[in-house]
Amino acid sequence: MAAENQTRKQQKYQRRVQQKKPKPPVVRNVIAAFVVGGLICVIGQVILNFCCALGLSVQEAGAPTAAVMVALGSLLTGLGWYDELGKFAGAGSAVPITGFANSVVSPALEFKREGFILGVGARMFVVAGPVLVYGTLTSVMVGFVHWLVKSR
Amino acid sequence: MNQKKVGKQTYLFSRPLPILSSAAVVGKKEGDGPLGNYFDEIVLDPLYGERSWELGESKMVRRAMDLALAQINLAYGDLDIMFGGDLLNQIIAANFAARHVPVPFFGLFGACSTFSEALALAGIALDGDFVSQVLVTASSHYQTAERQFRYPTELGVQRKPTAHWTVTGAVATIVGSSGSGVALTGITVGQVIDMGIKDVNDMGSAMAPAAVDTIQQHLQDTGRQPSYYDVIATGDLGSLGKGLAQDMLAEAGYDVENNYTDCGVLIFNPDQDTHAGGSGCACSAAVFSGYFYPRLMNGNLQRMLLVSTGALLSPTSYQQGESIPAIAHAVAIEKV
Repeated sequence: MAAENQTRKQQKYQRRVQQKKPKPPVVRNVIAAFVVGGLICVIGQVILNFCCALGLSVQEAGAPTAAVMVALGSLLTGLGWYDELGKFAGAGSAVPITGFANSVVSPALEFKREGFILGVGARMFVVAGPVLVYGTLTSVMVGFVHWLVKSR
Repeated sequence: MNQKKVGKQTYLFSRPLPILSSAAVVGKKEGDGPLGNYFDEIVLDPLYGERSWELGESKMVRRAMDLALAQINLAYGDLDIMFGGDLLNQIIAANFAARHVPVPFFGLFGACSTFSEALALAGIALDGDFVSQVLVTASSHYQTAERQFRYPTELGVQRKPTAHWTVTGAVATIVGSSGSGVALTGITVGQVIDMGIKDVNDMGSAMAPAAVDTIQQHLQDTGRQPSYYDVIATGDLGSLGKGLAQDMLAEAGYDVENNYTDCGVLIFNPDQDTHAGGSGCACSAAVFSGYFYPRLMNGNLQRMLLVSTGALLSPTSYQQGESIPAIAHAVAIEKV
């Protein structure tokens, strides 16, 4: 039902709902997201430093660090802990790369019963798919702008 | 003709139609809730020993049917017909349960209003003297509903304070054509009401106007005051929807402060992390079967109006930006 077609009665009711709706605890959510997101980044930093200590350059250490973090996120998802963390931390656990792993592994687990082709294969990127599509699109656009600026 | 229909949407049965038995099988979280002791059986494993959650839900339906029959020593052959439904695509929990039993079957989809929808149709079939023993079922399941309507269960998302928690459970109720006890005496068939709510994390607000419409219509059609009922219970409006419904009824001149409640609010404790409360077909069904039915039987309550509420959306409709239509059917249940 498009907004312009709404009757007065519907608009009045929606205003009533807005007034009564409990607000999400924003301050608590922001603090939880900051602390948990920060901790996940600290763990990433420790792994990065460890890789550097083994003799990799900072740039080289990025890939193994990401791989370890993705593995950790996947493991915690498989153990059934990451959704509990997500419930507590919100964006704090969704935004880091471990959250990306969670968004791929959770549908893969969920749709295993529909088989490896139509279940896991087809549904694995049901949550992460849009991020990949628009992330890739954005990177192409940024690359194009970069090329334009540089080629002047 | 038409002497059983009163007013616009209400049918009063020519005789009380007794509820012969009722059984509720619920999940662990429901068992841990404030009504945990009242349910017939608590299933700790969401799979219930099956290969998938969907089959687990279907098995809960079968278990509830077995229990309801056993309570009154009946066999499936004694049943004339069954009405059942659930939330899943093509109502597979009910359909797959019905394939195991030799009983003629009508599958229903009324979203979370299914239980009162099924009771209403059972009443019509019985009062019309087509049948003499009817089985009614309704089920829902947290995991099967989550994966169909929302996200994979292991995805780490934060729920909104207005979100509901789908009740895991199945209920089977058997209604007979004559006798005393706790009986269906009338129904009010709801209309689909859409107030333009689009937030799928706020079903309570979407459904409250449908509940109010049906309750108001019932009182108008019958000429009864809200105080006629010891309890008026909506299905799963949750804390927000319940408040909205109560306000709207008060504004319409119906004082329900003392006898109005909501099954979605009753079934979980606030500290169970279920936010606005329970939802799903099994919510109103299990609360009725486990909590209200025994209280009607032992005379603590004399009359109740059960108003199961359903949000008639699908994943397709909300992804296409449609608002959420809702429905509520009322069933008057009295001790006779």
